[in-house]
Amino acid sequence: MPSTHPATRVPGEFAVIKKRRNTELALLIFAWLLGVLGTLQVGWATGEGTPPRLWITAGAVAAVALVMHTVVRIRAPYADPIMLPVGTLLTILGLIMIYRLDVADARRAQLNKSPIPTPDVYSQLTWFAIAGILFCAVFILLRDHRRLQRYTFTFGLIGLILMVLPLAPIIGTTVNGATLWVRFGGFQFQPAEIAKILITIFFAGYLVKTRDSLALVRTKVLGVGLPRPKDLGPIVVAWFISLGVLIFQRDLGTSLLFFGLFVSMLYIATQRRSWLIIGFVLFVGGAYFAYSNFAHVEARVTVWLDPWTYSDTTGYQIVQSLYGLANGGILGAGLGQGFPNLVPFASTDFIVSALGEELGITGVFAILMLYALLIERGFRVAITCRDGFGQLLAAGLSITLALQVFVIIGGVTGLIPLTGLTTPFLSYGGSSLIANWVIVALLLRISDRSRRPDTSQISPDDAMTQVVSRV
Amino acid sequence: MSRQIRRLSFVFGLLLIALLVNATLIQVINARDYRDRPGNQRILLAEYDRERGPILVASDPVARSVETGNTLTYMREYNNGPLYAPVTGFYSLVYGATGLERTENRILNGKADIFTVDRIQQLVSGRQPVGGAVTTTIDAAAQRAAFKGLKGKRGAVVAIEPATGRILASVQMPSFDPNRLSSHNPADIREYYAELEADPQKPLLNRPVVSLNPPGSTFKVVTAAAALASGRFTADSILPGPKAYQLPNSTKKLRNWNGRECGPGGKVTLEQALAISCNTAFAWLGNELGASAIRTQADAFGFDHSFEIPLRAATSLFPADPDAPQTALSAIGQFDVRATALQMAMVAAAIGNSGRTMNPYLVQEIRGPDLSILQTTEPTQYADAMKPSDSLSLTDMMVNVVQNGTGSNAQISGIRVAGKTGTAQTGNDSPSVAWFISFAPAAAPKVAVAVVIEESGAPEVSGNGLAAPIAKAVMEAVLRQ
Repeated sequence: MPSTHPATRVPGEFAVIKKRRNTELALLIFAWLLGVLGTLQVGWATGEGTPPRLWITAGAVAAVALVMHTVVRIRAPYADPIMLPVGTLLTILGLIMIYRLDVADARRAQLNKSPIPTPDVYSQLTWFAIAGILFCAVFILLRDHRRLQRYTFTFGLIGLILMVLPLAPIIGTTVNGATLWVRFGGFQFQPAEIAKILITIFFAGYLVKTRDSLALVRTKVLGVGLPRPKDLGPIVVAWFISLGVLIFQRDLGTSLLFFGLFVSMLYIATQRRSWLIIGFVLFVGGAYFAYSNFAHVEARVTVWLDPWTYSDTTGYQIVQSLYGLANGGILGAGLGQGFPNLVPFASTDFIVSALGEELGITGVFAILMLYALLIERGFRVAITCRDGFGQLLAAGLSITLALQVFVIIGGVTGLIPLTGLTTPFLSYGGSSLIANWVIVALLLRISDRSRRPDTSQISPDDAMTQVVSRV
Repeated sequence: MSRQIRRLSFVFGLLLIALLVNATLIQVINARDYRDRPGNQRILLAEYDRERGPILVASDPVARSVETGNTLTYMREYNNGPLYAPVTGFYSLVYGATGLERTENRILNGKADIFTVDRIQQLVSGRQPVGGAVTTTIDAAAQRAAFKGLKGKRGAVVAIEPATGRILASVQMPSFDPNRLSSHNPADIREYYAELEADPQKPLLNRPVVSLNPPGSTFKVVTAAAALASGRFTADSILPGPKAYQLPNSTKKLRNWNGRECGPGGKVTLEQALAISCNTAFAWLGNELGASAIRTQADAFGFDHSFEIPLRAATSLFPADPDAPQTALSAIGQFDVRATALQMAMVAAAIGNSGRTMNPYLVQEIRGPDLSILQTTEPTQYADAMKPSDSLSLTDMMVNVVQNGTGSNAQISGIRVAGKTGTAQTGNDSPSVAWFISFAPAAAPKVAVAVVIEESGAPEVSGNGLAAPIAKAVMEAVLRQ
């Protein structure tokens, strides 16, 4: 561990921090070129020829990326230069695979003499544009991330409402057994995706204020300091909400994400390991309760333990996913040359299996490294941030990404039981794409503040201890 | 707080490593295992793009690839599909492959290592790889005779060449048409498969090698072999053969099927007991010999072992630890004794082959795309089941069964046929199973057959009445050549 602690940097110390905006641009161009090549490869390998709208779509992607880049250049010149290109590259990889699956679906429809389905790639492209607009909006509307702290409880309340919204009559919709959709007219939305950001803001604001009392130790048991019983309130509430999501919305993934996020942030804020232990105990208890009381949870675990026995029924998805990944092997079947459409939900939950089949383990490692890079940069933003709220928020957002990636990729590769979460940036679906781009925007916003040469009047020690919140 | 963030990022680093390791396990270490799984259609889909080698009976292709002119370039076609289904299996877009289509997949698709030279040539010349051919050991005449004989019944026939273990016939009834499972129309395939699955007669079951039935009285030849091996009995030894045999340590009695004594004064020779299929004599003999002696004998014929022919055969069973009454029942092929048709054909073949049990096999040759022979299967011995002198003695006893005993329907004029009938109850109320095992010519057999008919619903005579004529037809088909 480095000895110079960023948070204790001497105020006024002059560090030369390069903006590296041109690096960002170069990386974006690289990502875009990969996208063009990948799309061409899909077209040629599947025998479709050069995709007719290649230059329109490639132009649209370039336009969105360039606008995002320009806004960052103007509004957050010191922001981290890696995260935007990484997010863009992941989005582009998703677009390529969604296009490739469109081709496969059209093929299959032709073979079965049924009408050719509407391609998904154009709506995903539209979602990317909308995500780009919201990304820019974050920079234009929010000059300083600390302003978010003022609305801690407002965000918390809205987040909670969004989470339970799918249970509301009329607008709430159940898709594939999980109630996590809201429908207005022809428009479907997964509010939990936005809720996770609002709730992360809430956790950060709430914990930065209450962490001192939560950190109080009452007794030591087996060398571990335990908190006062009355401070257990928030974690118990979080636990009940997670269980509620699991029971009423049957959404294992969001439930896991929510609870894991809260426990991790609690640990960071209080600097007490006891919260991790309490969290773990509650998790195990909740997991066991869910396993023994809810058929859908038990089914997931049974399939996870032995997918082969259920390969024609409940284990079909995971077994097909494993077949696809195995077919990919080391170098992959090649874009357009595998059978990723044999896996159900290939463009949403199982997009990593689809990519793993056609790009091989080489591609899977590359994708995991892109995520690792993104999340590592996020943690770096958290560590270098000079205010407690920003630190907690950046850490929380990075943890959200990390947990999502682990839970979904671990799920589709059979490492852990399968839960329905989208794969950040890659999966087809607007809510998820927008939410993850807003997360990147917020991280870049914080990173701009922390990498900017320190000219503020507030000393970092003040920022660490003062209570800024007014509710 | 930075320290906690670092620690957490370290934890996430560990989770990342777990993902990487897991992906390596799936995509590298276990990849081949997953690719070869029967339900995996991907490889099949890829393989519809290239010409797959044929499965041959003598020089006739019973399964071959034909060009279609569709998206999927080649389609599998089976001549006489239902006749050869237990051998070829199917090759389905939806349900993967079975039978030789599955076990010989790497030959048929040209990916086996023996094709490396061809593959390099193909790489250089840019030609699509073409699969090799698999020649089976099946004898078309024997296969047809068995199929014809089973028509309208439910059961299986296996014929083996005793000296080598070559499988000359492997037939089941009811069967299915692999053409309809190997088409390019998933909806049709699913519909037909569902129909087959729903059929209570289970046509998809590979009966000759996986269907286990109690062998009934045909198992008496195993008990007789054990008796000869013990050195305490010969064909002429006198055994007690009363109307009913009091099972040891039990209140139950075992009766002869006709309720009569097996010989004057309830005494009968071993040879006569086999000829008339005397239950009481063999039950008594079973307890005289003991379960472990019978099991040793059964195992030497191939019981309690799973053969790969290369289709994986079900393991035929002799009960692990029977008590005295159970031993008595086991000695007449009841209680928990279970055998496949393949197993009982192996018993007959080994007796005819001077007591040597051969490993059964279904693949005679592997040929390259140009039909040049790349590999020929050599016969291998599985075990020495009997001393040659004992096998001659048992052969004579089985000839007597056909000439003077219960197996009269297997007689072929001018040829000495050795055989044994059997009928077994599969449960208390369930219908009986009729068996016939035989080999001919008795002195130097060219063919050994086992016929099993399930749900025959007839008494002891059914082994002779239902099964023996089929065995006779199969033997004649082979001997006529």
